[in-house]
Amino acid sequence: MRLAGLAAAALLALLGPAHGQARDTLTVGITQFPATLHPMIDSMAAKTYVLHMARRPLTTYDKDWKLVCLLCVELPTFENGGARRVPLPDGKEGAEVTFRLPADAKWGDGTPVVAKDAILAWEVGKHPRSGVASGEGYRRILKVEARDEKTIVFTNDRVTFSYNDFSQFDLLPDHIERARFEADPETYRRRTAFDTDTTNPALYNGPYRIVAVQPGASIALETNPHWHGAKPHFRRIVVRVVENTAALEANLLSGSIDYVAGELGFTLDQALALEKRQGQRFDFNYVPSLLYEHIDLNQDVPAFKDRRVRQALLHAADREGLVRQLFEGKQPVARAFVNPRDSIFAADTPVYAFDLAKAQALLAEAGYDRVVDGIRQNAAGERLSFEFGTTAGNRIRETVQQVLQSQWRRAGIEVRIRNEPARVYFGETLRQRRFQMAMYAWFSSPESVPRTTLHSESIPTEANGWAGQNQPGIRSAAMDADIDAVERELDPAARKVIWARMQKLYAEEAWVLPLYYRSDPFVVPKWLAGIEPTGHQYYSSLRVEHWRPR
Amino acid sequence: MIRHAGARALQGLLVLFAASFAIYMLLGLMPGDPIDLMASGNPNITPEDVQRLRELHGLDRPLAARYADWLFALLQGDLGYSRIFSKPILATVGPYLANTAWLMLASFVLALAIGLPLGLLAASRRGGWLDAAINGFAFVSAAVPTFWLGLLLIVLFAVVLGWLPASALPPPGADGFWARAQALILPVATLALVEAGEYARHMRAAASEALAQDWIRTARAKGASPSRVLWGHVLRNALIPVATVAALGFGGLFSGALVTETIFAYPGMGKLIYDAILASDFNLALACLLMAALLVIMANFAADLVYAALDPRIGFSRGGGDEP
Repeated sequence: MRLAGLAAAALLALLGPAHGQARDTLTVGITQFPATLHPMIDSMAAKTYVLHMARRPLTTYDKDWKLVCLLCVELPTFENGGARRVPLPDGKEGAEVTFRLPADAKWGDGTPVVAKDAILAWEVGKHPRSGVASGEGYRRILKVEARDEKTIVFTNDRVTFSYNDFSQFDLLPDHIERARFEADPETYRRRTAFDTDTTNPALYNGPYRIVAVQPGASIALETNPHWHGAKPHFRRIVVRVVENTAALEANLLSGSIDYVAGELGFTLDQALALEKRQGQRFDFNYVPSLLYEHIDLNQDVPAFKDRRVRQALLHAADREGLVRQLFEGKQPVARAFVNPRDSIFAADTPVYAFDLAKAQALLAEAGYDRVVDGIRQNAAGERLSFEFGTTAGNRIRETVQQVLQSQWRRAGIEVRIRNEPARVYFGETLRQRRFQMAMYAWFSSPESVPRTTLHSESIPTEANGWAGQNQPGIRSAAMDADIDAVERELDPAARKVIWARMQKLYAEEAWVLPLYYRSDPFVVPKWLAGIEPTGHQYYSSLRVEHWRPR
Repeated sequence: MIRHAGARALQGLLVLFAASFAIYMLLGLMPGDPIDLMASGNPNITPEDVQRLRELHGLDRPLAARYADWLFALLQGDLGYSRIFSKPILATVGPYLANTAWLMLASFVLALAIGLPLGLLAASRRGGWLDAAINGFAFVSAAVPTFWLGLLLIVLFAVVLGWLPASALPPPGADGFWARAQALILPVATLALVEAGEYARHMRAAASEALAQDWIRTARAKGASPSRVLWGHVLRNALIPVATVAALGFGGLFSGALVTETIFAYPGMGKLIYDAILASDFNLALACLLMAALLVIMANFAADLVYAALDPRIGFSRGGGDEP
C-alpha cells in the first residue's frame, strides 16, 4: 500500500500541471454534506463552510481572532459613534448599533443589498415557528430599522461587550424570501428558495454563487459577477463530499480532489501519517482551533466533591507526554477553557505539571491513603474507581482514554472505560448527566462567554427538561458572578482581568480536566496559496477570494 | 395468476404495515431525540429554543399519536417532509433512488453474468483444477470485506494507474452518460465481485445436483452435446434455487450498499437510510425502509414468476402445480 502510494505520488507529480499553469477550477474535499443551505435553519459545519464562499455576514473574526467588518463600511463602536447607549421602555439600558452597508454590495442578480434584507433576517430569526435553531441572538435585538437603503440600526436589549458582533447575523434577500416567509412562517423552512431554488443567484452576495448541487455528493460554485470585493482567482470551485477519510485520501492522491479542507477533512493522525508519505507534494499546516477537548468530572460523584482528588487526576496525567507521543506535539495542552491564541487568554493560569508524587500526596491528604490491589481507598473502604466514557468508535479519543487509564492506574486510580455511540452518549448519557467522567469537545468563538457551559443556571436537570450544557454540574457563585460581569464589561482591560480570574478559578478548582486544543490539519497542494486557516467557527472559506495558484 | 398476484399484494401490504409500525416504534425508542443531538453540539441553544423546536417538529407528542398521524397522511398519499432536508420526501429521495437504481442494476447484472457461468463451469468440471480455482474465487469473494476491496480498487485504478476516477459520481458539469458510466465502474465491480462468488457457489451446487439426475443421463444417451446438456438442460433446472438467492440479494443491494456508497462517495439509498436513522428523521427513514421492504417483496414475487417460467410444473393455482 505504501509502495503504491509512493508510485502514485511520483506518477502524479509527473502528470500534474506545472507551476504557474493556468487553473480556473479548484476542487475542495470535505467530509460532510449540508442537509439544508438556508443560512439560519440548523447549524452544520459543512453548510457554514460552503456558504462562507457565497455569502457574507455583517462582521466576522479574522485569522488573528479580531472582530472585523465584512459586509459593512466600518465596524461600529461606541468610540467612533457607530454605537450608543439608549434607554429602553422598561427603564433598562440598551445598545443602538448602526451598520452602513457598502454602496456597491449586491445580490447575485444585481439587486442591491439593502437594510430591509436585515429586517427580514431579524423577523425570520426571532419568529418562534420559523425553525431557526438558535433564536436567542435574534431575540436579544429589540428593533431593526432602515435609516435609509444602506443604513441599518439595531437596538439590542442590553449593553454587552459583544454589542457590535453580528458575525452570525445573515441577511436574507427580501425580494426573494419575504413573500415565502409571510405566506406562512411555520412552513417557510420547507419553501425557502435556499432549498427549493438553490441556484438562484439572488441568494448570494459573496464572491461566488452556487450553480449546481448534486445531493449528497457535491456543490459547484462560480464567481458572482455582482460581487463588490476583490476578484476571485478561481472561476469555479467544486466542493466534493467524501465522508470516508481513507477514500478522501485516495481522491486527493488521484487528483480527483485538489485540496482537503482543514476544518472538515482529515483527522490529525491521518494527516500526520500522510505527511510522512507525501510531505514533498503537499504543505501540511496544523492550526490549533477552538475545539477544546476535555474531561468533565460529574460533581455529584462523592469523590469529585473533593478538590484534591480532582487536582490529583491532573497531576497524575502526563498530558504533555500524551500530546507529544500521540500527536507529535501538534495539539497544545489546554490549561483552562480559553485557547492561548485568544486575546483573553491569561498566561498566569495555573499549570498542572505531571507529578506523580504530588498526585499521590494529594490523594493521601484527601483520605485515600490505603492501597488495596493497586487501587487507593479511604477509611470507609470507598475505592478511587470511576467510569470513564466517550464516543465509541472515535479512534483518537479511545487511544487517549487508554493512555490516561494506564497513567492514573500508577497513581492508584482505577478508571473503567464505558464508551457509547455518539447518539446515546450525547443524546442521553451526557445530557442527563448519567456519567462519572466524560471526554468530549466544545467548539466556540473567540471571547465566548461560557454562560451555557459553566453558569449554575445551565445545569441540566429533569425540571428544566435537561436543558443547558453545564454537564459537570458546576455550582460556583464566584464563577456565576464573573460570567454575569464579563458580559456587561465594555472596557477590554477590565474585562481581561475578569477573564483571568475565571480561568484561574476554573484551573484551580479542576471541575473539568483540560486536555488539549484540537488542531485542524490543512493539507494544501504546493501550487495553491492564499488559504488562511482561522481555527475558529468562521472558516478559511470566508476569505475564498484570496485563494490562488502560486 | 391474477388471484396469486392479488394474494401476494395483500400479503405485501400487511408486511409493509407491520414493518412501518415496527420501524416507527424502534426509531422512537432510540435514545436521544434529534433536538437533543442538535443542542449537544451547539452551546448557544437555550432551553427555550430546545422546547420550541421540539414543539415545532411535533416531538413533544406521544409516539403512538405521531404514528397515527403519519399513517393517516400516508393513506391520503402524503409522505410528509424530511425534517433534516426540509423537503418533501419524494423530492429528497428521488436523486438517491436514481443513483441506487444505476448501481444496483449494473452490479446485479454483472454479478449474475460472472457468477452463473462460473458456477456452471465449476459443476461441469467437478473435482478438476478449474473447479478448485472457481471455488477459491467464490470463497475469497465471500470473505473479502467490501471496504477493503473498494479501497484496493481505488488505489490500483485511480491512484496508481490513474485510469478511473476514485469517486462514483463525476462533478457537476462533467456528468454526461460516459463520465457517469466510467465513474461507476469501480463501485459496480466492487459490489459485483462480492456478489458473484455467492451466485457461483449456489449455481455450482444446484448444477452439480442437476447433473446427477436421470434425465441428464437420458439426454446424454440421446446424443445431446455436452454444451447442449449444460446450457439447455442443467442451467434451466439449476436456476430455480439460484433465483431465490438472487431475489434476496437484489433486495439487499437497495439498502445494503452502504459501505460501497461511503467508500466511493456515492449518494445512494444505503447512506440516506443511515443518515435518516441517525438523525431520527422519522418520515425519511420510514419512507426509505418501506421502499426497501417493498423491493424485497417485489423481488420475491418476481422470483415466483421466474420459477413458473423455468419449471412449468410450478403453477399459481390453489394447491400448487400439476404433479409430474
